[in-house]
Amino acid sequence: MSSAGVDQGELELVASLRECDEAAFVALVQKCHPSMVRVARVFVTSEAVAEEVAQESWLAVLEGIGGFQGRSSLRSWIFSIVANRARTHAQREGRSAPFSSFQEQEDEVAVDPDRFNPPGHRWEGHWSAPPERWADEQLLIQETLQLTKKAMETLPPAQRQVIELRDVEGCSAEEVCEALGVSDGNQRVLLHRARSRVRAILEPHLRRTA
Amino acid sequence: MSSRVPDQPTCREIVELITDYLEGRLPLEARTRLEQHLVFCDWCRVYLEQIRQTIRVAGAVTEESLSPEKREELVRLFRDWKGKK
Repeated sequence: MSSAGVDQGELELVASLRECDEAAFVALVQKCHPSMVRVARVFVTSEAVAEEVAQESWLAVLEGIGGFQGRSSLRSWIFSIVANRARTHAQREGRSAPFSSFQEQEDEVAVDPDRFNPPGHRWEGHWSAPPERWADEQLLIQETLQLTKKAMETLPPAQRQVIELRDVEGCSAEEVCEALGVSDGNQRVLLHRARSRVRAILEPHLRRTA
Repeated sequence: MSSRVPDQPTCREIVELITDYLEGRLPLEARTRLEQHLVFCDWCRVYLEQIRQTIRVAGAVTEESLSPEKREELVRLFRDWKGKK
């Protein structure tokens, strides 16, 4: 596990950016911009505002790159800038920042309790309605991808932010904690709930029919 | 009450540990118990696989790249910024 930007290519990229090298900027834009818009989109209400946030963030990146310490990866540093700006916009839009309160239900469970045997049953707590294997061929088809996208949109904001960053963008746990300002433990709780919910939404569609 | 073996996690408990397991954050003892459970419980193995599949699908949701127009717009932003420096 790389604990922080020790990536050689990244160090060179940072050095070139400090020199205001346009090619380095373009390379970084290609790599990060779509993700930045998506990260912003999780906080703000419209695509247009998300785009605006991402653009503002680029200016902040350019202004701040001189002070970038390399303690986190370049990408997580950029995402934290995007997340902060997006939060500010969201507050201006009158949406409260979901993280400040961590308004999550305490007792949210991964799987509907009715799918397990009830207390007193010989096999209490074991599956009574077990999951059925999903066919791999169904997994990456357009329909499933669309469904997954929609499923993520239904998640509470904090869960959605975490799953988007972790599983869609492929960020590390460390990067997500940094970008969203949450503890490692909370990050994992949110990820767990988000993945569990998305799985449950996919289940009736992917259940293999004989 | 029930015939479940003490100390053996139930399936209901296992599904709550899956993320910590995949994240490599379960203490050794809990991990061992979970893995033992998976050896005999086909259903929980299916569940674990479904979570892995869910992660895979989520990772495939977006493959869009930057449009040339957007790229130009950002290059302009860069040049303006550089000009003002």
